[in-house]
Amino acid sequence: MAELTYRDAVARGIAQEMARDPDVVFLGEDVAKAGGVFKATVGLYDQFGPLRVRDTPISEQAILGAAMGAAMTGLKPIAEIMFSDFFAVCFDYIANEFPKSRYMSNGQTKCPLVVRTGNGAGSRFGAQHSQSVENWCMMIPGLKVVAPSTPTDVIGLMAAAVRDPDPVIFFEHKSLYPMKGEVPDGEIVDALGTARTVRTGTDATILALALMVPRALEAAERLKVEHGVDCEVVDVRSLVPLDTQTILGSVGRTHRLFTVEENPRLCGWGAEIVSIVADEAFYDLDGPPVRITTPHIPLPAADILEDMVLPTVERIVERVQRSLGA
Amino acid sequence: MASKAGHAAVSMDRRGGINDDIGEEKRLELYRLQVVIREAEQRAFDLFLQNLVKGTSHLSLGQEAVAAGFAAAMQPKDLSFCTYRGHAHTLARGVPVEAVLGELMQRDNGLMRGKGGSMHLTSEPHGVMGSYAIIGAHLPIACGAAWRAQYKGDKDVSVCFFGDGTTNIGAFHEALNFAAVWKLPVVFVCENNLYMEYTPIGDVTAVQHPAADRAASYGLERIVIDGNDADAVYRAAQTAFAKARAGHGPSLIECMTYRHSGHSRADPAKYRPEGELEKWKERDPIKIYRERLKQFGIGDDQVAKIDADVRRIVDEATEACKAAPPPSTDILFTDVYADGGWAWRN
Repeated sequence: MAELTYRDAVARGIAQEMARDPDVVFLGEDVAKAGGVFKATVGLYDQFGPLRVRDTPISEQAILGAAMGAAMTGLKPIAEIMFSDFFAVCFDYIANEFPKSRYMSNGQTKCPLVVRTGNGAGSRFGAQHSQSVENWCMMIPGLKVVAPSTPTDVIGLMAAAVRDPDPVIFFEHKSLYPMKGEVPDGEIVDALGTARTVRTGTDATILALALMVPRALEAAERLKVEHGVDCEVVDVRSLVPLDTQTILGSVGRTHRLFTVEENPRLCGWGAEIVSIVADEAFYDLDGPPVRITTPHIPLPAADILEDMVLPTVERIVERVQRSLGA
Repeated sequence: MASKAGHAAVSMDRRGGINDDIGEEKRLELYRLQVVIREAEQRAFDLFLQNLVKGTSHLSLGQEAVAAGFAAAMQPKDLSFCTYRGHAHTLARGVPVEAVLGELMQRDNGLMRGKGGSMHLTSEPHGVMGSYAIIGAHLPIACGAAWRAQYKGDKDVSVCFFGDGTTNIGAFHEALNFAAVWKLPVVFVCENNLYMEYTPIGDVTAVQHPAADRAASYGLERIVIDGNDADAVYRAAQTAFAKARAGHGPSLIECMTYRHSGHSRADPAKYRPEGELEKWKERDPIKIYRERLKQFGIGDDQVAKIDADVRRIVDEATEACKAAPPPSTDILFTDVYADGGWAWRN
């Protein structure tokens, strides 16, 4: 075991896969010599050299298109899009090219690649560098979508994503980069499509993703200590494939469902899960499912304003408590 | 301005003489490929009029020499990346006419069994790595395939075909710069047929030659060729492929040509000035090439045999497609993911 930051876990996860498979290559803006603007890829250029770790121009379409062409013909590229907000300038590849070529070609082509990106708020960067856009990707048939919340999950899910034969969008949360965690030694390989119950409880299920996971955990502790409410917290981790069995199983035990989502309210990932639960576990529920989300507004830059819109520990506690009448 | 550009180009590069660098066998191949495309595309149009080709289709009638000239210069492992106007390039790599027409007719014998349609023809075994219907999308993708070749030391070249309209979208410029900086073995082929869909390309472009006049921005040579002369196309392709295989980076080639039909099946092309089509038909690539064959002493009987043979193949393909069933519905949920299925949850 060693203590590692989420940031360093990114480089370790990529290094683990590049050392294992010479077909894994890595490209993006400032990722090589500079080690990434978030310093999440420091050391990879020195370890694997300029043929495998490549700086690109500011050309997001070229980055993702090149990743796809390489993937179609035998490599396993990892492409970085620096901020997930920039998906909007290269969305053709995410929405039209990666996920459709296999289907349209009747199974002839493949697209085994990973797009990793800095997602989420907390850096006071304003509305074009702070969004949580995992729901943009969740809605596209043919993609897989993961968002780890711990350093160990970063490494394990990165390995799973690189080894997966489908295109995987890998959301790293910018505000988690400095977070530390105990990480096992040796190779770490996780599985896509698996949620994790990170706290067991009997009174309510709280689903969370990425930065919202530590907040949900802290809220659960306070609900227990201050209000005697025992919450189960599930780290959803993988939006596609979605581990509905873990989610439905938890709701079946606690009979109450809360989602904690950083994405803006409309069509957030929690809406889909609530609809699945309503459809398949309605009679397990003792009360209406509750979505705790960022309001449907662009994100403000000022700290005092940004802090008001993201779901906070206090808001989660208040909302669960009010809903349960505790 | 646009048609002037076309006429400026047609006077270019006319070599001749017996026993030149191309030779009889390759010339017969170039001719045959052009005739296959002409006959198959004409048949696609006829079948559309009979309501047997569904959806949309974008024909390359009049542009056959570009597809034939590049395909004839390609090695089997070279890769083609095409646009929605991709029937010609797919046929030129040797994909059977029946598979192409079957896809256009949305039958079970289609190249992708009806899952892709006219705009997405793909045949990996033939090196046709897809036909892309979002303008410009495939230029970066071709860069990626070329990057793989460079990284692995493979000697194949990625060849990316697109229209004049593509030169005004961002992905074109991103890809050209990217390919030049990384010195990738990719060849970008602009088929300048003078019209961006329904609008003359000259009306919406700041330079006369939409591709070639941008080449200097990426440190590339300015290349404009007569795209209706299969010999000129073939030679330009050979030069670019040799450069790519030698590790000297990408090329951008602008081929001046003209489409005889509208942009798509929905377009009667009434925006063209009177007489323009007739003028270009005098420079029909197949007509030019029949004269070329004669000039090199290739007999009418050989030409007639190719014509008859191709017509028979297209006739037989048509009948096979008409007799083929629609796609079986059990393919609806296959191949969304690599496991063959579409499951997004457990």
